[in-house]
Order: sequence, then C-alpha cells, then structure tokens
Amino acid sequence: MTDPTTYLSHLELGQPDKTFLDSNELIINMGPQHPATHGVLRVILKLDGEKVLGTECVIGYLHRGVEKIAEHRTYTMFNPYVDRMDYVAAVSNGLGYCEAVEKILNVQAPPRANYIRVILAELNRLASHMLWLGTHALDIGAMTPLFYTFRDREEILKIFEKYCGARLTTHAFRIGGCQYETYEGFEDDVKKFLDFVPPKIDEYEELLTTNRIWVERTKGVGYISGDDCIALGVTGPVLRASGVKWDIRKAQPYAAYSDFDFEIPIGQNGDTYDRYIVRMEEMRQSLRIIRQAIERIPEGPIMAKIPKVIKPPVGEIYHSIEAPKGELGYFIVSDGSTQPYRVRVRPPSFVNLQALDLMVRGQLVADVIAVIGTLDIVLGEVDR
Amino acid sequence: MAEETKPPTTPPDPAAGKPSGSVEPTPPANQSSPSATPRPASPPPAVAKPEPPAAPAKPAGPVPVAWDSPLVSSLKRTYGSGIREASTYLGQNYLVVDSAAVMDVLNILRQEQEFDYCVDITAAHYPQREKQFDLIWILYSFSKNERVRVKTQLGDGESLPTSTSIWPTANWLEREVFDMFGITFEGHPDLKRILLPDGWKGHPLRKDYGIIQQDKEWVQINLGIESGQ
Repeated sequence: MTDPTTYLSHLELGQPDKTFLDSNELIINMGPQHPATHGVLRVILKLDGEKVLGTECVIGYLHRGVEKIAEHRTYTMFNPYVDRMDYVAAVSNGLGYCEAVEKILNVQAPPRANYIRVILAELNRLASHMLWLGTHALDIGAMTPLFYTFRDREEILKIFEKYCGARLTTHAFRIGGCQYETYEGFEDDVKKFLDFVPPKIDEYEELLTTNRIWVERTKGVGYISGDDCIALGVTGPVLRASGVKWDIRKAQPYAAYSDFDFEIPIGQNGDTYDRYIVRMEEMRQSLRIIRQAIERIPEGPIMAKIPKVIKPPVGEIYHSIEAPKGELGYFIVSDGSTQPYRVRVRPPSFVNLQALDLMVRGQLVADVIAVIGTLDIVLGEVDR
Repeated sequence: MAEETKPPTTPPDPAAGKPSGSVEPTPPANQSSPSATPRPASPPPAVAKPEPPAAPAKPAGPVPVAWDSPLVSSLKRTYGSGIREASTYLGQNYLVVDSAAVMDVLNILRQEQEFDYCVDITAAHYPQREKQFDLIWILYSFSKNERVRVKTQLGDGESLPTSTSIWPTANWLEREVFDMFGITFEGHPDLKRILLPDGWKGHPLRKDYGIIQQDKEWVQINLGIESGQ
C-alpha cells in the first residue's frame, strides 16, 4: 500500500530526517497484555535509554459500568457486584458496601456479625497481601515466594469456601449482618490457621528481607514522600510506608475494630522495600486481630432487624473502610426508592495508580515493574 | 433481569447488514428498556421534589440538622447566601455552596482548615432540575480526623475551574467526572476520557443514558462487531 517514494519525498521536502534511532527519546508501550501489569494496565513510557522520562496510564479495559449497574438494581441485588471490583479482596468490598447501606438505613449490625465480619475481612487482608507478595516477588525475579504464598493463601480460601461456599467472590455479608452462622469447626479452623501462618510469614521474610537481589531491586526504588501521598490521595500501605500513621481502622473505627488491640506499622523511607516491610508487618497485625476476635466472639443474633424491602430514606451518605489496598469508600444517594439513585465507589487502586508517574520518573524501566507491583493495584477495581 | 434482555430490534435483522445511518441509532434501545421492565422505572418525578430542600422529608428516619461550627459561621459571614446549607446528616457534615463561591470555599478548606486530603470528587445527575448536576467533593483532614462534603449545583454545559491546583489527586477524579457526566473543568491539565475510549460518544452516568445503551458506531468501527451485547 505505502509507496516508498512518498516516504523519500518527505525527506526531500525538508522534514527532519531523524529516525527514532537517532533520537534520545523513545516511546514504548507496556501492556495491556504484559504479565507484570497485573491485569490489563497499559503504560505508555517515554524513555531516554533505560531512564523513564514520563509515563501515561491508559486504563478502562476492564470497565463494566458497576456504578451504572447499581442504579438499576435494588440495594440487595447490587451487593454481589461489589465483589467483582477488587476480586482478590472481595470480603472487604462487601463489608464496605453493607456498612454504607446500613449507615444510610441507620441500623447497626449485631456484635456477633461484626466479629465475623472482622475475622473474614482480616483473613481477606492476609489473602490479598499474600497474593501481592507472590506476584510482586515474581515480577522482580523471585519465583519461590509465589508458590509459598499461593499454598498458604489456599488455607484462607478453604475457610471462605466452608463458610459461604465461594472462594473468591464470596458475597459473605448481607445488609444488616451476615446471612450464615459460622459453620461447625469454624473457630478450630481459624485457630489452626493462626498457628499455621506465622512461621510461614517468617519463611517469606527469610527468603526476601535480607536477600541481596531483593534489597537491590527494592531499596530506594519508587520513592514517594508522605506529603506527596497525601496530595495525591494515596492511602493504604503505600501511605504508611511513607511515614504517615493513618489507618481508618484506628482513625474512624468501623465494624468491631475499636475492640481490638493492634499496631499500625509504618515505614520511613517511602520506597518499595519499606512498603514490603509494612505489608509483612500488617499481616502479623491482622493475625493479632483475628486471634483476639476469635477468642472474644460474642454469642447472639447475626442479623439486625431490617425490612424485607430495603428503602432507605432520602439522603446521602459516605462510608469508607480500610481495604487491603487503601481507603475504599462508598457514596450512596438515596431517593427513597428500592434502588440507589447513585452509588459512587471510591476505589483505592484507581487513586493510588495516579502516583505511578511520580514514583517512576528518573528510574529505570525495570523499576516500573517493581513500582506497579508495590502499588498493589487490581485492575478490576481501577476500571470498575 | 428484565432490562438485560436485548431490545427486540437487534436480533431479527443481522442479515441486513446495511450501514445506512437511517436506521434507529440509539434512542429506541433506550426507550424499549423501561417499557420492558414492570417496575415503575420513573426516577425523575420521585427525585425532583425531595432533593433540593431535603428538610421536608417524611418524619420517619433521621433528618439533616443544622451544622454549627466556627468554620460554618465564618464561611457564612464571608459568603452570605453563597452558603446555601450547612447540615449534618447521620453524623456527616456537608456544605451546599453556590457554584460561584465553591472554588473559594474549597480553597479556604484546604489552606485554612487543613482539609489536606481530597478523598473523592464525584457527581450525580438530576435531569428534571434546572441545574442538572450535583458536584460533590469529599474531603478529609488528617490533623482533625474529620470529613466534610462540599456540594454544588451545576447546569448542563456549565463548567468550573479545576481543583488540581488545590489537590493534585483531582486530576484523575475530574477526568472520571468528565468521562461519566460530561462536566468540564477549566484549566485541567489533561481533560480527556479516562475509563471509556477516547472516541466514545455519550456520558454513561447521565440518567438519560440507557443501561444497555452503547456507542454502536464506535463498536462497529473499532471492534468490527455488530453490537457489544
């Protein structure tokens, strides 16, 4: 089709006869089918040799219009949809949504339901962090942690499966509480898991924390300061690794979190290595919360008294929780009917991804992979 | 479930394959979906009334109460009737501000009141109203551990200055509002679609955009298929 002479005539017409080989700047496309972008993220990189001069994220490949769907479903019907956003932390999504609707209904889940919620949500945090660690380490070149973490994550999924029949998109909670009472042997299973996991986490740390390759690939990579995190709205472990001690579970406790004793691990350097350390410590703190919850779980009903047909009064509400990836918020507008007038999901992955450009500028291409991994994004949540 | 079913127009004529633009583009699909559903499916009348005052709601349930604080009174002193409402609903504070004053109020909240974290920017569409859009900022202050929502009303085609200079995080959030609602922000560094493809027509979160509506032209050109459903 293309006539080569037209190309030549271009040169003769006084066009700059520079080809991309002469230029110092190179535009490279990473993704959306790149295994290390954790889904369908496309990053356009502007490079000077190996150095990154700038990036642009192209997202939306997984856009399903969750917020539009919500407007055409009843409050109850929309509940399972939220699991499909951050599908590796489906329990947290469901928890945030159910609590937001409860808030606009002005009801409270009974204490036992709240304890069950905390146990499952923290187990889910562990599962999410384990999946993050495995894939992040794999991106950087360590393959073993992937097998280790997936092996141990399986134990969590087994508990989910026994509790509600699903492993990934659990739909574990209902508006007003939980649908299912814990199964027989639930406490034993969780306690067994609590004894099983700590040595495994030590094992991951043994593989990575002082590993020379790991340290070289993560220390000083993808630095972001605490002030930049706040300005860019970055939350979750990324914010805490930059030295900001903020966790919604402590700042504005929801469910039963005010009952438990736990620390908020923070880092100082705001680099990839610190984010790794913070997440590892968070896993231990989650175990601590689960242990307290399972020991003190009260008896009683698991469902609040809510009407069969959920019709919240006219009004607006915003409720957010600390999901494994950061602040997950739901803004719900009710017009008094059975369907929400508007549901807005404030996704942590979407907002955190915005910091990618700042974090990789001036670094190497290989570091982009490390930073995408350390941001811990899930594209189902970025695109919704 | 009902509105998931395809509009009756699409299945019978796949053989036709005529690219003539005279065939119904999108509105029929939009109209057929409410008629197919048995539920009332008429949000506009239900919405138009209770929204603006928010106070005369039925006595059942909680009602917004006036939010009294030094911040509100100082804002009211400066902007007078520009601050339409300052209330607390279910323990959450919000301000309803005139669109002319809203950027000043946001600036004050950021600079003087330490609301340093912009959690979210979003909108809601009320097609029956004269000013069709609610634009909402959800703010948080780390030092006070406090949240506040700022809301303003905006007509179709009106725009506001961008708040990216106040909170850099507004960049993508405003792009999403633009993508989903078609609200433009003046001075935004890179205002283009973010979740939908660049050439897409329409803004899906507007209420007049049907749930199974799509930009058929875009789908046919770019995906090479008749329909995405």
